[in-house]
Amino acid sequence: MTRLSSPDAPTEAPDQAADETEEAPAVDELRDGVVARLAELLGDGLVEHHVAAGQDMWIRVTSDAWAVTAETLRNVLGARYFCFLSAIDWKPSPFGRYLDAEVDTIVHGATAKEPEPQQTGVTGGEARFQVLARVANVRDHWGITIKADATPDDAPRVPTWTRVYAGADWHEREAWEMFGITFEGHPHLRHIYLPSEFEGYPLRKDFPLISRMVKPWPGIVDVEPMPTVDEPEGDTPPAAENAPDGGDPE
Amino acid sequence: MTAVSDRQKLQYIAAQASDARLNVELETEGMTLNLGPQHPATHGTLRIVARLDGEQVVHAEPIMGYMHRGYEKIVEVRTYAQVTTLINRIDWLGSFANEVPFILAAERLMGIEPPKRATWIRTLLFEMARIANIGLFLGEMGLQVGAVTPAFYAFRDREFVLNQIEAVTGGRFHPNFDRIGGVKDDLPKGWIDETRAVMDRMRDFCDEMEELLMGSEIFQARCRGIGVIPADVALQFGLSGANLRASGVDWDIRRDGNHGLLAYDDLDFSVWTHPDGDSFARFWVRLQEVREATKLVDQLLDGMPSGPIMAKVPRIIKVPAGEAFVSTENPLGEMGYYIVSKGDLVPFRVKIRSASFNNVSVVPWVLRGVYVPDIITILGSLYFILGDIDR
Repeated sequence: MTRLSSPDAPTEAPDQAADETEEAPAVDELRDGVVARLAELLGDGLVEHHVAAGQDMWIRVTSDAWAVTAETLRNVLGARYFCFLSAIDWKPSPFGRYLDAEVDTIVHGATAKEPEPQQTGVTGGEARFQVLARVANVRDHWGITIKADATPDDAPRVPTWTRVYAGADWHEREAWEMFGITFEGHPHLRHIYLPSEFEGYPLRKDFPLISRMVKPWPGIVDVEPMPTVDEPEGDTPPAAENAPDGGDPE
Repeated sequence: MTAVSDRQKLQYIAAQASDARLNVELETEGMTLNLGPQHPATHGTLRIVARLDGEQVVHAEPIMGYMHRGYEKIVEVRTYAQVTTLINRIDWLGSFANEVPFILAAERLMGIEPPKRATWIRTLLFEMARIANIGLFLGEMGLQVGAVTPAFYAFRDREFVLNQIEAVTGGRFHPNFDRIGGVKDDLPKGWIDETRAVMDRMRDFCDEMEELLMGSEIFQARCRGIGVIPADVALQFGLSGANLRASGVDWDIRRDGNHGLLAYDDLDFSVWTHPDGDSFARFWVRLQEVREATKLVDQLLDGMPSGPIMAKVPRIIKVPAGEAFVSTENPLGEMGYYIVSKGDLVPFRVKIRSASFNNVSVVPWVLRGVYVPDIITILGSLYFILGDIDR
């Protein structure tokens, strides 16, 4: 006969927690299988891969294999659903984070900060620009993010995907307009959002965000010292402390 | 002065008629029709330049960018908490649904798991945003084919849903309610019963729409077999949501992806598909989706768990370095955010994958060869919101 007031309850909880922590690094057979098949099909084209078990997967291919990867994914692995195509500029912004007051000094002519070293994210990369795309298999319920380096840095180019996924057309136009990446073989690379006379590539990190330059980070206003109430003598106006350039108030 | 005889007149008319016939055979010079940027069917400012041959469209090219706000650039100088304010404005009819995938992606990077009640409130508001958004579509679709009454009905009944959303979040259109680690506030007192009554009302509204529109001969004539998108084309162009399911593809991220992120695993609901792929199918699937959403809301209200609504989150949110893509089944389709973080206060790069951008990219394909009045019904049935195209 079971006892109603059994002392099982406190011992159960740690067990469950231990089970959950053990389950976390579980193998993801579905995604591992897809990546293994891709490695087999692409050969040297596949540079790196990363599987977050139960969540997502990434592969990085050489830029020569970029178009072949799309064909393989669509025709062999059944990833018929095209999700998006875009790019990343891995160069650290030369304007800082726009968060701190140092930014304002850069704008007003002082020396620039030491640029941070360039580092890339999941599955790495060597070049400044990386194209990334995502496709999904709607029957087996998996999605995959594909990356490729777009070289050289001053005129990045990769082959087009429009022959495989018709929907890549607009996405490539957007990536071309925003990052300046040429998609070789795209039927008509023209502006999609910006006026046709627009110069520059807005989503590149070295394209300044003018609105932030003329107006400092709004968060800074919050952390300015509040006017003190416990100093009633009015010899020095409180503005003198807060003057940004230490200028003489009188 | 010599009067023109009847015979001469007849000869002249005959000559003109034969010229006209000849012109038809020789393919007359085409005409360019400019639709928009301001047009009731465009939900914003989408311009379509259509090249016509007679009554038929030879080539149609949508021109966007009238509303491009550069969110992907601005987000790089906003902290994670500030981003939700911006992305509320992407799809403005179902704003709350825009916040959810971003917060989910940030939470995945931070390794935070929100409490169960927060997840359920999120799912609840998510579904209510869907009802408000697609409910309006049902009426507007009537407007596209010339029936004005359904639009008024839709505006009237959508208001009840918006009132409920407002009662929780404080905002009719831009709730800005989702937080990393949970939601901002709990549900107000008495809200659950009121919402149940509103859901009953919305089900009546769906029946009303069905009787008003789907039984109508004019509606059928204007929508059946118009703007057919086969499943393979829909997949290639990345159509998502009801547009994809109307082409017969059984794919819903609520059911098939994101397990454990929202409360859908615990709920019982059907995913509706239609094999036809025409304007009518898209309308029909959306109508079923609203019905399904009202049932989902009822289930969420019944099973709402108790407990906290916020997880323990640091005061200053720094997201660890990494990359994550999370997408959800928004009213318009798949909406996702690819976040690249470098462990800073601000994201390094955010790619916004919005549903309408892909849904509209099929327009040049699907408008080829259709008649001019059908442009409007096809655009209406694809159902896009300009804020969702021009991010």
